[in-house]
Amino acid sequence: MIQYILRRLLWLFPILLMVNLLTFILFFVVNSPDDMARAQLGNKYVTDAALTAWKAARGYDLPLLWNTNAVGWDVLTQTIFWQKSVQLMVFDFGVSDAGRAIGADLAQRAWPSLWLALPSFMIGLCVNIALALLLVMFRGQWLDKLGLVLTIVIMSISGLFFIIGGQYVLAKLWHWFPISGYEPDGDVWRFLLLPIILGVIAGVGSGVRWYRSILLEEADKDFARTARAKGLSLWQVMHRHVLPNGLLPILTGVVAVLPLLFMGSLIMESFFGIPGLGSYTIDAINSQDFAIVRAMVYLGAVLYVFGLIITDITYAWADPRVRFGDK
Amino acid sequence: MSQPLLQVNQLSISLAEGKKLVDAVSFSIAKGEIFALVGESGSGKSLTALSLMRLLPKNMQLSGEIRLDNTDLLALTEKQMRAIRGGHIGMIFQEPMTALNPLMRVGDQIAEVLQLQTDLRGKAQQQRVIALLEEVGIPDPSERMSWYPHQLSGGQKQRIMIAMALAGEPKLLIADEPTTALDVTIQAQVLALLLSIQQKRGLSVLFITHDMGLVAQLAHRVGVMLKGKLLEVLPVDQFFKSALHPYTKRLIENALPVTEFRAPIAQNEIVLATENLRVRFAGRRKGWLFRKQPDTLAVDGLNLSIAKGETLALVGESGCGKTSLAQALLRLIPAQGRAVFLNQNLLTLTERQMRPLRKSLQVVFQDPYGAFNPRMTVGKIIREGMDSLSVGAPEARAARVLALLKLVGLDESHADRYPHEFSGGQRQRIGIARALAVEPSLIICDEPTSALDVTVRGQILDLLDALQQKMGVSYLFITHDLSIVPRIAHRVAVMQAGKIVEMGSTEQVLTHPQQDYTKTLLASAPHHYLQAKVTQVV
Amino acid sequence: MLLLWSDIVVWLLVTSLLYFFWRLKQDTLLRERWQLVAQSRIAMASTIVLLAFVLIALADSLHFRTNDPYRPVVSALDMSLGNIATGQEKSYSAPFAIESLWQETRQTDDGRVIRAPVPLQHAGKQLDNPNDLSRDLWQRSLTFLSIGIILASLIVWMLSHLSVFSQTALPWKSAAITFIVLCGFLVWLWGMGQSYHVLGTGKVGEDVLYASLKGVRTGILIGGLTTLLTLPFAVVMGIVAGYFKGWVDDVVQYLYTTLNAVPGVLLIASAMLLAQLYLAQHADVFASEQERADVRLLLVCLVLGLTGWTGLARILRAESLKLREMEYVKAASAFGVSHVRIIGRHLLPNLGHLVLISAVLDFSGLVLAEAVLSYVGIGVDPTMPSWGNMINLARQELNREPVVWWNLLGAFVGMFTLVLSVNLLADRVQHVFNPRAQG
Repeated sequence: MIQYILRRLLWLFPILLMVNLLTFILFFVVNSPDDMARAQLGNKYVTDAALTAWKAARGYDLPLLWNTNAVGWDVLTQTIFWQKSVQLMVFDFGVSDAGRAIGADLAQRAWPSLWLALPSFMIGLCVNIALALLLVMFRGQWLDKLGLVLTIVIMSISGLFFIIGGQYVLAKLWHWFPISGYEPDGDVWRFLLLPIILGVIAGVGSGVRWYRSILLEEADKDFARTARAKGLSLWQVMHRHVLPNGLLPILTGVVAVLPLLFMGSLIMESFFGIPGLGSYTIDAINSQDFAIVRAMVYLGAVLYVFGLIITDITYAWADPRVRFGDK
Repeated sequence: MSQPLLQVNQLSISLAEGKKLVDAVSFSIAKGEIFALVGESGSGKSLTALSLMRLLPKNMQLSGEIRLDNTDLLALTEKQMRAIRGGHIGMIFQEPMTALNPLMRVGDQIAEVLQLQTDLRGKAQQQRVIALLEEVGIPDPSERMSWYPHQLSGGQKQRIMIAMALAGEPKLLIADEPTTALDVTIQAQVLALLLSIQQKRGLSVLFITHDMGLVAQLAHRVGVMLKGKLLEVLPVDQFFKSALHPYTKRLIENALPVTEFRAPIAQNEIVLATENLRVRFAGRRKGWLFRKQPDTLAVDGLNLSIAKGETLALVGESGCGKTSLAQALLRLIPAQGRAVFLNQNLLTLTERQMRPLRKSLQVVFQDPYGAFNPRMTVGKIIREGMDSLSVGAPEARAARVLALLKLVGLDESHADRYPHEFSGGQRQRIGIARALAVEPSLIICDEPTSALDVTVRGQILDLLDALQQKMGVSYLFITHDLSIVPRIAHRVAVMQAGKIVEMGSTEQVLTHPQQDYTKTLLASAPHHYLQAKVTQVV
Repeated sequence: MLLLWSDIVVWLLVTSLLYFFWRLKQDTLLRERWQLVAQSRIAMASTIVLLAFVLIALADSLHFRTNDPYRPVVSALDMSLGNIATGQEKSYSAPFAIESLWQETRQTDDGRVIRAPVPLQHAGKQLDNPNDLSRDLWQRSLTFLSIGIILASLIVWMLSHLSVFSQTALPWKSAAITFIVLCGFLVWLWGMGQSYHVLGTGKVGEDVLYASLKGVRTGILIGGLTTLLTLPFAVVMGIVAGYFKGWVDDVVQYLYTTLNAVPGVLLIASAMLLAQLYLAQHADVFASEQERADVRLLLVCLVLGLTGWTGLARILRAESLKLREMEYVKAASAFGVSHVRIIGRHLLPNLGHLVLISAVLDFSGLVLAEAVLSYVGIGVDPTMPSWGNMINLARQELNREPVVWWNLLGAFVGMFTLVLSVNLLADRVQHVFNPRAQG
């Protein structure tokens, strides 16, 4: 098994390399550090001195790939590519354009993100699967039809409306929840409950439809009929036979997403003032802090790749056909 | 005969829109009797079986009367019915590959029935599972009960299904084409098992099949179904001797093996000759995570030859490499060795060099559903080869399409229709027309009749035969079904595990087999029971 | 007459749609399927609603230059809307209000200085007495509703004699009812809009109904153009990978795994930030603000398109892997048919339904995505009328006292109706073309 994981890691390494290269090209070649500096310092009326100073302070004054002024290894290392991109590969995120250590920010902000994203995701998953199972059990009957129409309606409403509306009605008008904010040491859940609830509701439409189609496919398979012929009730067939088989594809999808939960939710966090990575990203985008955006892109790619690996492992663990090999 | 175990009166099944799928079917099964329900696909025999369990799809309506031991099954509540399913009636399905839950240990799947239908719990339950596995002939049952279905072979899976059906100690066993998906040799073993269990337990069996050989081998009484109606019910001896209905007669006739063999054809004009032909499959890798499996030799040093106007039947069980051989000859997959076709070695030609030969080498496939692009009209389908290989003048091609349709017994008006509008037999005719369009000298027929009903099968074989007489085309006829071999082949090659184990004239191989494997194949084929039954009666 | 780039795109989109339907008429098999789609009453009604949206977008894609320095460029839609388009106030006012929401200090006739709302310039001018407001509203509502309904009924009555509509299998009745209701509603909107601000006015006094209507074109353009941009990528990559397997497959898989690895929003954000930088530094290239916003809109579509093809490509790859093993593909190979022709004749037509379903679903997803992107600040230009920008504004407006909710309502109704009708249609299309996925 360890050998497999190593092999897989080896395959995924080029992906990270490519992502890294892509960000390098996007941020330093397509757009020169000069452009960046100019944008930060207010487009037109900038002196060259100010530009140079800004670049020097952030290490953007180095050559891109090859430093002809340096000697020895410094020819390679004293370059933007080495300093800004290669360092990412070893998780050295460097300093943001505003001068803060990105690595420390990430470590601090990942937790609030996770506290929000993980419960939203897990509760959403359970609710969606339960509802999907219900619809499958009553397939073709009015409950199923009503449920399907409802899911389409929910899918057609932008998540923003749920958030804005929910925040306005439940927090502002009815005072059931605080409007926004976050206290790391205090009663965290008081602040997280509303965004979690809204997150679950916003996702229920597409989730239920998707899981329903997966479960329906399993329910139509021969083994479900065999189980009925054994004398099992519809409910027993569903939860003993159909659900485990349906959970297999669902599980692998879920596992792939799990690491990305660290990245947080952009919209939720900024609406509810939760100091996670999502709002961090939005702030960075709004202040055009390219160093942070670059770090987040790379972090996202690493987490995605990590998700792929654990998907494979879970799959191998959960499916006996893979676990014991084919005959 | 005493009170019958099962009594079905005026059973009808209809769709919500009113279309009748099963129409007023009545029959009964006595204790310890095997009742065979015979019919072609779509005759309603499987629906009848499902309706006894009250497991019809929701959009179908059921009426009539079903009495099991004098209980009216249709009057029971769903809860009471659950005790009947598995407890009083056990059921075996056609596809053992998919009928078992892939994520559940086979022992647990059997134990599930015991949990529901018996009082056995814990240790006793486990003991019973082992005993059942022993009864159905699974070796080392205490070990295998914790295996998953994919670890077992097809035959073993069907044995597990039987064990599951027996676990609730039912009085009636419904077997819906239980051996159709299995190879002949396995089929014979499973049937023998079913028969011995039936006798030992005194079970009543409703045996659903399309195979007359199986009817002759097993059944006490036979009912024939056609288009939802039960035509006649007869004791098996009378069934083969004095069936009344013309359809029944035709069924039996078509199933009877041909006893006249075709004389071998002189081997002077060889169309195709292979020498030490090998097809290697690279081992698969499941996802990036897993170790590559070792390569396998699907075809392992094959030598055969076919003369002009000759039919060589290539007989073998699934996985013996016969389909790989066909694809290798068509250059759809790579192969090593030599295959000399019209004096050129097919295997070393480039695609460009191969093109002129493609006119002469064509193929008819098994699956009448997958063989045609559903988005092309029949006319375009037949024309495609002519266009691609520039056969005939472009202006003449449309007329040739119509001529070909007539030749294979279809109507000219069919050219503008789409494949889904045709029946299985008609599609196979389209497939033959498509192959003939480019005037081939050899057609590889890859199980062309195995997806067809018996009566249709006969027609297609006759058509192939007539075309051969008319055009002198050669066939490489790949099949798993020995019973049709004498109807079409001049010579037979028996294939096992990528190798040819025996080859000779049809008469010689079928009547005086030399090799053990051929003998087993012949002994397993159910049609010899049929022959015995008919000759015994006549 | 002035052609913006996005106008060309909109007209191209419509032409390609028309071409698609024309092709449909040729293909009997597809026609049968679409008849099945049309047999659903919901699908029929959704189509009528969608057509209304498309018409609005089209009318908004015919631009003309004017001599008015404040409105140098107007569209056909602007011209037909009359007071809805031109009725500019100073700031906020509530729906159907005749007084402003803001208060101004002024002197009354008897010399007192008061702080009170002021009468609006473009609402309720015809009223002699402010107390007549509710009566006038009722009267006008009834008038315009009946005009709309009678007009629509007449059209339906005239059309009902055409032979096309005599096909009884299709639920023309639902279509007619939807059409009449829609007409009644739209004529009412238009009529009321001439003398009131139906959805009030926004921060700088613009009519919210007008903004919502202008948002239609942006929404449709983002959804339609982006979908159209992703299709060729997805189709070529997916089919090529699935059909040829081997190293081609490896390369395509590597490509889309890499693209997927970058978090979507961040990739779009990076690209848009860079584009923004570029646009800011080359501001002088564009003749008007509108043209710059226009280019930015196209850029958003391009970036969304570049990142959005992976999903469909994955599906098509999997399906092509299955199709290439079909016997009819093998039969074609046995006839020496070339790879290109096999892909064109045997694979593409049999993948069409997947492309279609994914395109329709993508469309609605993209309309929703626009809102989020605009919220994050990486969507369309803030000066461009779009539902996303309206929602973005509405966030602060909800914290005002009194609450300004009409921007949110306008965006909500527009977006919800468009996306819902597309989703309902998609549901039916999926049901007919790919019943397995739905049961």
